[in-house]
Amino acid sequence: MVMLRWLVWREVVLAWRRKSDVLSMLAFFAIIASLFPLGMDPDTRLLRTIASGVLWVSALLASLLGLGRLFAGDYADGTLEQMLITPQPLLLIVAGKIFAQWLVTGIPLMLISPLLALQFGLPSDGVRMIAVSLLVGIPVLNLVGAVGASLTLGIRGGGAIVALIVLPLCVPVLVFGAGGNVPLVGAVLALTMVFAPWAAAAGLKISVE
Amino acid sequence: MSNWYKYASPVHLHPLASRLIPWFAIPAAILLIAGLYVGLVLAPTDFQQGDVYRVLFIHVPAAWIGMFLYILMAVYAAIGWAYNARASSMMASSLSITGALFTFLALLTGALWGKPTWGTWWAWDARTTSTLILLFLYIGFIALQSAIDDPRRADRAGAVLALVGVINVPIIYFSVQWWNTLHQGATIRIASGTTTIATPMLVAWLIMSAACWLYSVAVVLSRLCCIIEDREQLEATQ
Amino acid sequence: MLETTHLKCVRGNRTIFRDVSFAVRPGDCFRLTGPNGSGKTSLLRMLCGLLAPASGSIRWHGASIESLGEEYFSAITYLGHRPGIKDELTALENLRVWCGLSGIELSHHTAASALERIGLGERMNLPARFLSEGERRRAAIARVLVRQSPLWLLDEVLTSLDRTAVEAFQSLIEDHLEGGGMAIVATHQDLQLSAGRSQRIELAA
Repeated sequence: MVMLRWLVWREVVLAWRRKSDVLSMLAFFAIIASLFPLGMDPDTRLLRTIASGVLWVSALLASLLGLGRLFAGDYADGTLEQMLITPQPLLLIVAGKIFAQWLVTGIPLMLISPLLALQFGLPSDGVRMIAVSLLVGIPVLNLVGAVGASLTLGIRGGGAIVALIVLPLCVPVLVFGAGGNVPLVGAVLALTMVFAPWAAAAGLKISVE
Repeated sequence: MSNWYKYASPVHLHPLASRLIPWFAIPAAILLIAGLYVGLVLAPTDFQQGDVYRVLFIHVPAAWIGMFLYILMAVYAAIGWAYNARASSMMASSLSITGALFTFLALLTGALWGKPTWGTWWAWDARTTSTLILLFLYIGFIALQSAIDDPRRADRAGAVLALVGVINVPIIYFSVQWWNTLHQGATIRIASGTTTIATPMLVAWLIMSAACWLYSVAVVLSRLCCIIEDREQLEATQ
Repeated sequence: MLETTHLKCVRGNRTIFRDVSFAVRPGDCFRLTGPNGSGKTSLLRMLCGLLAPASGSIRWHGASIESLGEEYFSAITYLGHRPGIKDELTALENLRVWCGLSGIELSHHTAASALERIGLGERMNLPARFLSEGERRRAAIARVLVRQSPLWLLDEVLTSLDRTAVEAFQSLIEDHLEGGGMAIVATHQDLQLSAGRSQRIELAA
């Protein structure tokens, strides 16, 4: 489809030309994950137990950070309202944007997670489990995050409000992902893919009014 | 039937709401006094739990009210959004605060009950954790609405969030249950306990439940009136 | 034909304007005037479908624009206050992306000639952040050239444009009107259009 192709191209090129947005998010991921061992006794057995949870929470927080680039930039320079009045279905545009967000932020997060998992002394199947659960789970974070981002465009309190809205809704994917149950994560993903783009599109229309 | 539609306008709703408040507030006060008397004085000391169980007279109704009001809030918010009915959205905003307070009360009384009973103020069991997340959902809704200056945008944004939240609630509950069974460790089972409940206890529990429900209706209506006055005043000055 | 009846705009708790009615027919150009805060931008956004009126209706060929949805959107081109240009993309890329988002595949060649026509010939391959405000406006104006939609909704597009650009743009509008197009323009500056039918909508504060 012409529109989706151009939309994804646009998002990827914009992210590429402003790499600092994505890179700082990845650095944030790494730093947060490293803070946990620093805050406690870095005993290997202990680290292995908390690895999954820590990496998942860190990925969650990093995704939250990355939400700032999803709609806010377009909202500020007027491109978002142009998107709302194109003769293309808004739902598709929103879905495309979320997909591009995942491409640009989610995949890199997932790719560096094995490196961080090694820091926690996980054996290879532990590492694989985390990578797979993040692979299936990070899209959920992007989807739910998009709903939060769409509702909070241009309001004060910025990042904290988005976090308050998005984090409770991410509890299921966090619980299933960190618990290693990939099929359940997949189920949550399937459900979220149905509702989130619609809610985010509604949120955009409300925020742009 | 068409007469009811006029109450969709806040201007007409206000007098109705303020007239209804005493009908709920006074019985609530009476039942509260009666319930406290029965619960604290008449009901016997429990064999297993001592006197602490009396906290449950507030804890259980508070938890139920917290959950129910969230769903009700989502319904009112959705109606307010779909039909552009401001009064409905104002009702949702009023419900959100009462719901949050009752949820917090449930957590607080739960902790008060938990310390003597389990030895710890907080236990990460499924029910407590779900209630905590419900409180966060409420806080998110309230924070979102207070951060948005335009009242209509706040109403609609809240509606989207409430709907997303309400769909998530069963999923969250299921996931927390699953999480709890996964990490058995300190499994603390709430002793659904005493096989026969002494009549005074049951009576106290029923009276206190009724008191809490009536109180919440009264306080929601009262806050609704404040919200209406607030918004109408805003409009008058513009 | 665009027709509005008794439009009322409420923002926050303030009524910005009420009872605005007019009809735009092919060849019409309406100039939207009024003091700051009188709702010119709000009215244009209502006509775009971005903002819902508190009361009143907007009809395109007899059908309400809410019911038409995407069909109506394909008939309008809106140039808003903020040009809608991404800093990191070149003027050329901005134009092609904008068309792409409307579902139109715009060739490099067509985009380039449109940009040349409005005077961005040499600078079209620079990232937009190196362009002046006026040049970014021109990059946005190029959209009306490539999209050819019947109704143009223009909000203060003449700001930051120099005289040659203003004249060029005025001739663009004239060509459009002559071809049966319609335009609603919010502007402080006077539009000198030779094609007779230029009317005014004055929004009182």
